Amino acid sequence: MNTTLNDIAVRIPTPLRGLTQNKEIVYVSGKTIKELLHNLESQCPGILNRICNEKGEIRRFVNVYLNGEDIRFLNGLDTPLQQKDEVSIVPAIAGG
Amino acid sequence: MKEFFDCLKCKECGRSYPKEALHVCEFDFGPLEATYHYHKIKKYVSRQMIESGPYSMWRYEPFLPLEEEPTVGLHTGMTPLLDAKRLAKILGVKALYIKNDTVNFPTLSFKDRVVSVALSRAKELHYEVVSCASTGNLANSLAAHAAANGFKSYVLIPADLEPAKVIGSLVYNTRVIGIKGSYDKVNRLCSEIAGKYRWAFVNVNFRPYYAEGSKTMGFEILEQMGWKIPDHTVICMASGSLLTKIDKAYQEAILCGLVEEKPYAIHGAQASGCNPITAAFKKGTDLIRPIANPNTIAKSLAIGTPADGYYAIQTIRRTGGYAEDVTDQEIIEGIKILAETEGVFAETAGGVTVGCAKKLIQKGYIPQESQVVLCITGNGLKTAEVLKDHLNPIDVIDPYIQDFDKIVDFEK
Repeated sequence: MNTTLNDIAVRIPTPLRGLTQNKEIVYVSGKTIKELLHNLESQCPGILNRICNEKGEIRRFVNVYLNGEDIRFLNGLDTPLQQKDEVSIVPAIAGG
Repeated sequence: MKEFFDCLKCKECGRSYPKEALHVCEFDFGPLEATYHYHKIKKYVSRQMIESGPYSMWRYEPFLPLEEEPTVGLHTGMTPLLDAKRLAKILGVKALYIKNDTVNFPTLSFKDRVVSVALSRAKELHYEVVSCASTGNLANSLAAHAAANGFKSYVLIPADLEPAKVIGSLVYNTRVIGIKGSYDKVNRLCSEIAGKYRWAFVNVNFRPYYAEGSKTMGFEILEQMGWKIPDHTVICMASGSLLTKIDKAYQEAILCGLVEEKPYAIHGAQASGCNPITAAFKKGTDLIRPIANPNTIAKSLAIGTPADGYYAIQTIRRTGGYAEDVTDQEIIEGIKILAETEGVFAETAGGVTVGCAKKLIQKGYIPQESQVVLCITGNGLKTAEVLKDHLNPIDVIDPYIQDFDKIVDFEK
């Protein structure tokens, strides 16, 4: 698909690439993380349900990073986005 | 034994998974946990049956996720529970017990329990290479058990671990790979390796099996307390897994009729230099902010992104416990007071547990009239270097009685 200027690169983890036609990066527009995730859902149906729970909150073992910072410690789903931002969706890693 | 272990289930959404080398729910990425047919276990087990079982952690085999007889770590567990009267007096509680995994077999830490289960399961699933991400104790245990059971092994550790812990892995002729960075970086790399190589990573793809091994520390406490749940249990936390599993053991013992149900509190202990769980608890949230650069002498607890932190907080809250952390100085004091009063030489994590217990008692979170168990998880010889500047120097004298007379400070 064509990317427009206000599209933001979203990095998709391996387990979710079945929903993105195996793309590692999907370009999505959005003024906030919430908007971006909903637009991602319209491009890749089914992906939102994997990232967010029924209350619409980010699932406990999914981390969404904006430029390397966990959005939980920014403004959560309302975190505003700017051009050239990079968003990564990363499953939490168990260990220890 | 085969009929007790049911399946793996996601702790978040409850989806079931087969009993394979899986650890994450493919739907919501939640951790998988071993589940059991408790109604069958309840019919099968009794106090008497357990007491007549092997003198090891395997007397609790019905509660462990295996399909065959155990093959690894047959002598692990059943460590002493000490009635620590002298320490109780100093800390100001009625009764205090030390669950002493500093003398666990074969590598002197509680990790011998988890590795025994994970490698027994790895044999059942026909794995030949075993591996782990470790802050030290796990690496020692994995290397020893692998050596004794003919597995090839790789252990990955932060490159700056205590020398004794590094040697305590190398001696078993395992491959030790030091990673430049914190445990969390080691862990991340291990996840990637586990995705690429068909190895049994005890704390990655075998985590559901491995973690269950910690329950045996809890079961032993109950049995050694005369089949009673202690009022208070203080447990140190790295990933938080041990704390949740000791609680799970208490719950399973209630469920299967081995102990009476009663109120009990589980308390979590961390080092202030790496306190993601206690910090979140004290803030009243269960949102854990990772610690990017842990800085504490308690290296075995230095996990900045604790996998079970959320569940540990839930457990502490549910049971009415508290979470506390201590400075490096308090850790040293904790090690010394335990050694000086009870003759138990614990590693830094044990100093954390004792130091936090002291604070919890002082602050009234553990009332003076209660009965407390401290879980001491590893041996002091592994981290002896931290005491270098904190002990009295030795007296060096010439071999003459008059020289000896000069240094004697008590005659009787």
